[in-house]
Amino acid sequence: MTTTTAPATPAVQAVPLLEEGTLFRFATAGSVDDGKSTLVGRLLHDSKAILADQLDAVTRTSQERGFGGASDGTTKIDLALLTDGLRAEREQGITIDVAYRYFATDRRSFILADCPGHVQYTKNTVTGASTADAVVLLIDARKGVLEQTRRHLSVAHLLRVPHVVVAVNKIDLVGFSEDVFRAVETDVLRAALELGVGDVTVVPVSALDGDNVVDRSARTPWYYGPALLEVLETLPATDEIETGLEPFRLPVQLVLRPQGALAPGVDAGAFRDYRAYAGQLASGTVRVGDEVVVLPSGRSTTVTGIDFAGTQLHEAFAPQSVALRLADEIDIARGDLIAAAGTAGEPTRDLAASLCWLSPKPLREGAKVLIKHGTRTVQGLVRSVTGKLDLDSFTLQAAPGLELNDIGDVEIRLAAELPAEAYASHRRTGAFLVVDAADGNTLAAGLVR
Amino acid sequence: MSTEAQAEAQTAREAASSEGAHRARALFSGVSKRREEVAERRQGATQRLAQLDTLESEAIHIIREVAAEFERPALLFSGGKDSVVMLHLATKAFWPGKVPFPVLHVDTGHNFPEVLAFRDRTVERLGVRLVVASVQDYLDDGRLHERADGTRNPLQTLPLLDAIADNRFDAVFGGGRRDEDKARAKERILSLRDEFGQWDPRNQRPELWNLYNGRHTVGQHVRAFPISNWTELDIWRYIERERIELPGIYYAHQREVFQRDGMWRAIGEHSQPRDTERVTVRTVRYRTVGDMSCTGAVLSDAATVQDVVREVAASTLTERGATRADDRISEAAMEDRKKDGYF
Repeated sequence: MTTTTAPATPAVQAVPLLEEGTLFRFATAGSVDDGKSTLVGRLLHDSKAILADQLDAVTRTSQERGFGGASDGTTKIDLALLTDGLRAEREQGITIDVAYRYFATDRRSFILADCPGHVQYTKNTVTGASTADAVVLLIDARKGVLEQTRRHLSVAHLLRVPHVVVAVNKIDLVGFSEDVFRAVETDVLRAALELGVGDVTVVPVSALDGDNVVDRSARTPWYYGPALLEVLETLPATDEIETGLEPFRLPVQLVLRPQGALAPGVDAGAFRDYRAYAGQLASGTVRVGDEVVVLPSGRSTTVTGIDFAGTQLHEAFAPQSVALRLADEIDIARGDLIAAAGTAGEPTRDLAASLCWLSPKPLREGAKVLIKHGTRTVQGLVRSVTGKLDLDSFTLQAAPGLELNDIGDVEIRLAAELPAEAYASHRRTGAFLVVDAADGNTLAAGLVR
Repeated sequence: MSTEAQAEAQTAREAASSEGAHRARALFSGVSKRREEVAERRQGATQRLAQLDTLESEAIHIIREVAAEFERPALLFSGGKDSVVMLHLATKAFWPGKVPFPVLHVDTGHNFPEVLAFRDRTVERLGVRLVVASVQDYLDDGRLHERADGTRNPLQTLPLLDAIADNRFDAVFGGGRRDEDKARAKERILSLRDEFGQWDPRNQRPELWNLYNGRHTVGQHVRAFPISNWTELDIWRYIERERIELPGIYYAHQREVFQRDGMWRAIGEHSQPRDTERVTVRTVRYRTVGDMSCTGAVLSDAATVQDVVREVAASTLTERGATRADDRISEAAMEDRKKDGYF
């Protein structure tokens, strides 16, 4: 170990980024060797999110391994090393697991889920996409649209990721050719159109050299659009806006009824009979005085108070964590859903859903599973597999079951009613997990149709 | 590029954008009325949650999920800033009730006395139960042996796992953040550990939406990381905003120090300079608070929380790179310790 870092003296310079902003979450996806880790490393490096000691460590390792560098011979560091956090990843030069990275520009703070490209790690793409405001999909300019590209587009579409940004990478290796770029662009847009993905931006980049990643490149004079980071800085956070517009929903996490166990300093007289329902708003806005309905029981009541750690709020909106006080003493427990009156459908015991199957253990008709929806977990029986998505035609084909990485439609019979709603209109209350009852592993991401 | 291909590309682009526009219109006409209503309701309120509020709500959601789904959770509390923030979040999550689980401290025997005093004061103030697992006990009776380099951080794993088993804790909250280290960047918010506390990074459960799957079998337990998505700067801004008290060593103070491995070490009962190491008095503060034997101070004049926020925002070094000898051992130092059951 030959670290020669000087004693740490934080250099206080101008004051960057003291303003608090909002968060934007995005995920990367692509096929193996598309250069995803390099692109992420480039984004972090060029947006100055990499600190000196991290850069030192990566530079040292790059030199030890004789890394060649950029095509113009200037860069001497392997940027992929910045994100490949596990030893096996660095040794094999591949990314195995989702890595979360954090960086900020003057405009926005980002949470980046860097998802691996290997087909067997598609589950990580699903993971990253489930919370993303945007997916950055990498395509190797020399290879064009592959099955894995179509799979990732399908995932982004199915999970309703609001924006897809396609980075056509290694544009330097095709001589910055507009023809090659336009051909790939056409294929991507056609695939997006077939699927119905609305918002797609296509950017030609070289992650290795940095063309169009943070700054627009002079080497692609035929491209007039923004650089990748500019796209990410300016995309609207549609997810949160849409979620805010959906009707109010709050899955009850627990009942706050402290009785004898009050926090020190809390007035025992005033809070002896305190009772409130704690949870995070899944969607919408709630105000004191609103009529609400509790599902699945269907009982109605009125919101009399919204509390957050000793502060009484007039209203709350998604994704705030709060505690609601209600007018009537009705039986409410963890697993119940509080919803704006008149907006919720009937709870159901029959679930028609799409699944992203994420387990090596295949799904067969008749399987008994657990369904985790909101804060409630119930048993389910997979009555039928309606079909699986064919990635060439984007149509459902008959299938006896679902294998790892398959996307398909199923019918599930539930042991108890769930207030399930269509994922297309209710992102949070339309999502569920399929869990293995025996070993507890997560088998699939479920989306109510 | 052929004219034909160009025309095709143009058609596809137009089709895609008109499809998008169509969908946008459909969505818009459906929601425009509601949008107006909501806009009206939100007059004067924040349209979107600010970054710290988003992170706070997410952390409280996680803490409540774990408290509801597990029988016997505990919260790792060292008196370090991340664990202090986590405990603060727990008090907010269960107000007006008190925090419904104990806090657990793995005491290396090399802790800063100021931090131990702070720890005791804090649990007293909040009325929570403190469980201490002592590395010194293990050294005294021979279950563990002192390392050649004198650092006790890696020695924490065994007492931690024993404390988890002895108290039958099935979930343990940790203050780990994904921005701290490359291996931590890959950790789930709920991380399943086997009987040996081991982390299997190649076999992690997918974590979808905000639906956390904490199912485990007998002998397994779960580590929960509610502040995974916070950065060091978020932590400090939150400490500033919430006026959270921290041990004084986080702020600039005068201290007798000496230099070792490029870091400023404090003089203390368990941390003595060698003959060649010159002792000087400097104005320093700590960015992380761990074992005295492996935590370095940074030269700093940041005496208030506002000063620290400014300093962290402008820092060119990571907190662990700047101050933790234990993470410099190899590129995979953290990964190896995590696999062995460390946090």
